Amino acid sequence: MKLFNLIRIALKALQRNKLRAFLTMLGIIIGVASVIAMVAIGQGSKQSIQDQLSSMGSNMITIRPNSNQTVGGGARLDATGLQSLTLDDIKAIQKQATYITAVSPAVQAKGQAINGALNWPTTIQGVSPDYLTIRNWPLKDGITFTQEHVNKADKVCLIGQTVVENIFGSEDPVGKIIRFNKIPFKVIGVLGEKGENAFGQDQDDIIIAPYTTVQKRILAIPYIQNIYASAIDEKSSAQATAEITDILRTSHKLKAIDDDDFLVRTQAELINTFSSTSQLLTVLLAAIAGISLVVGGIGIMNIMYVSVTERTKEIGLRMSIGAQGTDILFQFLIEAILISITGGIIGVILGITASRLVTLFLSWPTLVSQSSIMLSFMVCAITGVFFGYYPAQKASRLDPIEALRYE
Amino acid sequence: MSNKIVSIHDLKREFKMGVEIVRALKGVSFDVEPGEFVTIMGSSGSGKTTMLNILGCLDKPSDGTYLLDGVDVGKLSRNELAVLRNHKIGFVFQAYNLLARTSALENVELPLLYNSSISSRTRHERAVKALEAVKLGDRLDHLPNQLSGGQQQRVAIARALVNEPVMILADEATGNLDTRTSYEIMALFQELNQQQGKTIVFVTHEPDIAAFSSRTITLKDGKVVKDTKNTQVRSAKEMLAALPVAADY
Repeated sequence: MKLFNLIRIALKALQRNKLRAFLTMLGIIIGVASVIAMVAIGQGSKQSIQDQLSSMGSNMITIRPNSNQTVGGGARLDATGLQSLTLDDIKAIQKQATYITAVSPAVQAKGQAINGALNWPTTIQGVSPDYLTIRNWPLKDGITFTQEHVNKADKVCLIGQTVVENIFGSEDPVGKIIRFNKIPFKVIGVLGEKGENAFGQDQDDIIIAPYTTVQKRILAIPYIQNIYASAIDEKSSAQATAEITDILRTSHKLKAIDDDDFLVRTQAELINTFSSTSQLLTVLLAAIAGISLVVGGIGIMNIMYVSVTERTKEIGLRMSIGAQGTDILFQFLIEAILISITGGIIGVILGITASRLVTLFLSWPTLVSQSSIMLSFMVCAITGVFFGYYPAQKASRLDPIEALRYE
Repeated sequence: MSNKIVSIHDLKREFKMGVEIVRALKGVSFDVEPGEFVTIMGSSGSGKTTMLNILGCLDKPSDGTYLLDGVDVGKLSRNELAVLRNHKIGFVFQAYNLLARTSALENVELPLLYNSSISSRTRHERAVKALEAVKLGDRLDHLPNQLSGGQQQRVAIARALVNEPVMILADEATGNLDTRTSYEIMALFQELNQQQGKTIVFVTHEPDIAAFSSRTITLKDGKVVKDTKNTQVRSAKEMLAALPVAADY
């Protein structure tokens, strides 16, 4: 009841000075709005990088030959030219690995895809049917190839969106025959659109075929260039990596002193690298915005001090008609808290609006997180109490006789 | 305990001004009975203001006793004094001291806001009643700057009445007003005193005003030099009627 009355008193006091209350609030509004907008921009960019990386398949593990290996007279070779990975490695992983759900060999060749009068330079990727699972890549149309196709090295293929656009246009590609480096392939499926990866490469500019077909009919090689595997989940990436390293070292008959002749890379590592960069960005932006929140708080303190001096006579009157020191203390404290909380609410709304506008006009990804709203709101409530307390205490300690005589 | 409103015995108040000790009140004794209209007179430096502060429970005596409605004020803490002021005293100041940009009604409600035992409905009812008692029932929503000086002082009187105090304490309450308005205000005080039996203590330096009260206590150099019952109380109402009607009125 008493608190309710004090809130009424504080509200009326604020109403009598609307402009001053609003100007004080402005500092908090700008502070909170900038914290929310800045964190939203930081979080948004982090999220979009994570999304792009996970679009490659977040559990994906890539194994490639280590190009630091020297062959022959000490010359280092390009990774694709190295022959250290074989189909035996695939079999070993399939047989022994416990943290791996799917594994696929990969061989690539560049060449010209031709359909009738149209042609397009692209890459053919020879893989096993598991590859699409590993990459988390749905089919848009048609069917995928099977182990049967792999065993027979059939000339069938799946084509990416970019290839479809360039050699088919609006034509339906499924069932058509295209030629890649003069070898005819039957198109049995169309891959879903994946867009650019985090490095700006067009992931849709690709033709996927059974690895045996690419090995035997295009490249004429017995080894494989890469291995793609899928860990059970993102968390077990590290165990999966260790396991694969063990299996491959055994399979390659490496001695304890030998270096690995292959590299194992997980998607999780990539995500972590990029995330930590944008995490730093978020922290920096939040720190800058946080400073403006503190400045806003000091603004409250400043105005409350001025207000106490200006309203000395009012305080004297309130005391003479029976307000206790604590009543005055709470009145001024509540005024400060009301200013900061109202400012906080307006700031939250403004911050969310600003984030939306940034996305709308600059097309930057933004993500307004609940935690940033909660945090900035709590900070401004605490700011109100903290910066409002000293002026309020000053007011409550005034001597009623002197305050009444104050001119 | 007596039924006296105010009972002051050998009251002293000293202030330390640096190393010097200023003795503002040097042993004052008097009582105020219920229903009395007392003026306290004295020139500046007589201890009048100190007396007012102590009577209003804004200050405590250094020595001697002050019983307000049977409560020993000297023994109370700062907070207890605030509660006592809230329950037992109604202040009327020279400069009205109304809250700016706040309606007459809300100004009058103010003392009750600091009394948590009063509901908002009672608060409203009592404030309206108090404003009606000072004949401002039709000006509830007026802001102080929309009221004349006399009307503002009447709002202040309503504010002093609203907590149903045992004593109304007025400090030069007519000091800012012209003769006609002063008489109006004094007529109101007399009416409250004579018809409603309110106890009023009026601090002033004008002998003219003292003539309206039933008793005058004169202070000089911190002591009571005169304490006389006024047998011929002048009626402010009659004085008001006798005033020539001003041309600009």
